[in-house]
Amino acid sequence: MTDSNELIRLSAAALAAKLAAGDVTSVQVTQAYLDRIAAVDGQVNAFLHVNGEEALAVAAEVDAIRAAGGAAAEELHELAGVPIAVKDLIVTIGQPTTAGSKILEGWHSPYDATVIKKLRAAKMPILGKTNLDEFAMGSSTEHSAYGPTRNPWDLERIPGGSGGGSAAAVAAFEAPLALGTDTGGSIRQPGAVTGTVGVKPTYGAVSRYGAIAMASSLDQIGPVSRTVLDSALLQEVIGGHDPQDSTSLTDPFDNLVAAARTGNVEGMKIGIIKELHGEGYQAGVENRFNESLELLKDAGAEIVEVSCPNFKYALGAYYLIMPSEVSSNLAKFDGVRFGLRVLPKEGPMTIERVMGATRAAGFGDEVKRRIILGTYALSAGYYDAYYGSAQKVRTLIQRDFDAAFAQADVLISPTAPTTAFKLGEKLNDPLAMYLNDVATIPANMAGVPGLSLPGGLADEDGLPVGIQLLAPAREDARLYRVGAVLESLLEEKWGGPLLDRAPELHALDAANTVGGSN
Amino acid sequence: MAAINRDDVAHLARLAHIEMSAEELDRMAGELAVIVDSVKSVSEAAGEDVPATSHPIPLSNVFREDVVGHTFTAEQALSGAPDAAEDRFKVPAILDED
Repeated sequence: MTDSNELIRLSAAALAAKLAAGDVTSVQVTQAYLDRIAAVDGQVNAFLHVNGEEALAVAAEVDAIRAAGGAAAEELHELAGVPIAVKDLIVTIGQPTTAGSKILEGWHSPYDATVIKKLRAAKMPILGKTNLDEFAMGSSTEHSAYGPTRNPWDLERIPGGSGGGSAAAVAAFEAPLALGTDTGGSIRQPGAVTGTVGVKPTYGAVSRYGAIAMASSLDQIGPVSRTVLDSALLQEVIGGHDPQDSTSLTDPFDNLVAAARTGNVEGMKIGIIKELHGEGYQAGVENRFNESLELLKDAGAEIVEVSCPNFKYALGAYYLIMPSEVSSNLAKFDGVRFGLRVLPKEGPMTIERVMGATRAAGFGDEVKRRIILGTYALSAGYYDAYYGSAQKVRTLIQRDFDAAFAQADVLISPTAPTTAFKLGEKLNDPLAMYLNDVATIPANMAGVPGLSLPGGLADEDGLPVGIQLLAPAREDARLYRVGAVLESLLEEKWGGPLLDRAPELHALDAANTVGGSN
Repeated sequence: MAAINRDDVAHLARLAHIEMSAEELDRMAGELAVIVDSVKSVSEAAGEDVPATSHPIPLSNVFREDVVGHTFTAEQALSGAPDAAEDRFKVPAILDED
């Protein structure tokens, strides 16, 4: 029997081993996490919904199967009984799905996303749904209609976004694993600023069926965890071909866990992207980045420099393509088929006017900005100059990646230009907020996989820095191989996981948990 | 390229079916002007000869067998609707009477 405080700090892989050995039960583990959520989530606000009853029922089922032994116990998935949190952009039967928006407040999906079906098949208890920027639009989780999530490293700071809830839940030991979605960095950037691991798989490697679409050609579901191996384990659970997603790849992605366990970078070529560090990057971020390069070099990797000259257009092209797809994808929120309906205060009650009033009341500012921007980029007279040009830039970015991967097996950069900033600091400056994703966006534009892992703490503020690895499309295994090596080298240097240095969160009085200055 | 102004935003908001107050239009026009200005360089980045990419990993002819798959019951499909009657979505008037 392990103390519940120790239990919640174990990696998913370690928990799985303890469950298989019979050292703990899934009910004990799941209850320990639910207790932790009850104790600290008032401060962190990582969860929009807690699914205690169902999670404990699944845990009890796994325990009963294990206790009975025999074939059914043998066939249990490795992660059976290991709990997980789910970003509230992914639809689930039996729990509300809000997408962080008022327009879907209280809405229940009549179906499960494919990734949820896979979690259920693996018998992983779902702890609840995590907070996000409304419809995953943002880099700080401040655009959630249900209040911001706070960074467990400093409750006055942002946990990144859009998946700040999933990253903070994992960082605050409220869950060992979580699911995220990444359209321009929404898994990786929150991972970077919370000292956790996040992976955006190759576009199509994990089914998007049941992820509420933001920008369909960029969106990707992926794992959020505290270790590289845990993300590999989770990607193998959720990945694979899905006929219900016509962009789903048929390639097998079954070598990820093996790659994370390989632990060797000798002779690998690792490319520094000239355009993704230096000017505009915080000094402490640069220092930790350079330190990681040295460690990889010492481990036998060859560090080369590559240039991706068209990456300087990536942010601009992204802010044309993404809003264009947003304006189309969000047209379905019309006050007729699901969610909110608001009637105009006066005048005729036509569908057009009901729609206008519903969308005015149901959408927040950032969502409205992106819908208007997308409508503009797609309108007659501007289409060629904006959307058409942005699609050409997408080709140029892909060519840059092709050239870079001809010189290097994986690429490396800081995940985000800065550490976590203060809540409210960039809320009224959309452009400053967009710049957080400058290093993560190119991967989405090209469909290549990316992983962020903790690279240490910045000297000037003591906050986590993220290191990003990028691999060619379909080569997700390389990320796990290099990521696991770098992680073990760094942890050896630190004498343990980075999260051991995060301040302890204590259950506080309500008076101390809200309304901090910013 | 023309800058985006308040009248443009009012027109776009109508197209996108989002009612906006005068104050909101002012603020949105200012913010969007800054954003549009910052993405302008994209139109000069690529030459005529560069093909457009619409999807990161192109797949073609993704078909399935022409058989009935999973379907929702009317009750399931209507479960999240703001208004329904007789197994149908209930929609406000399509046309203005006057």
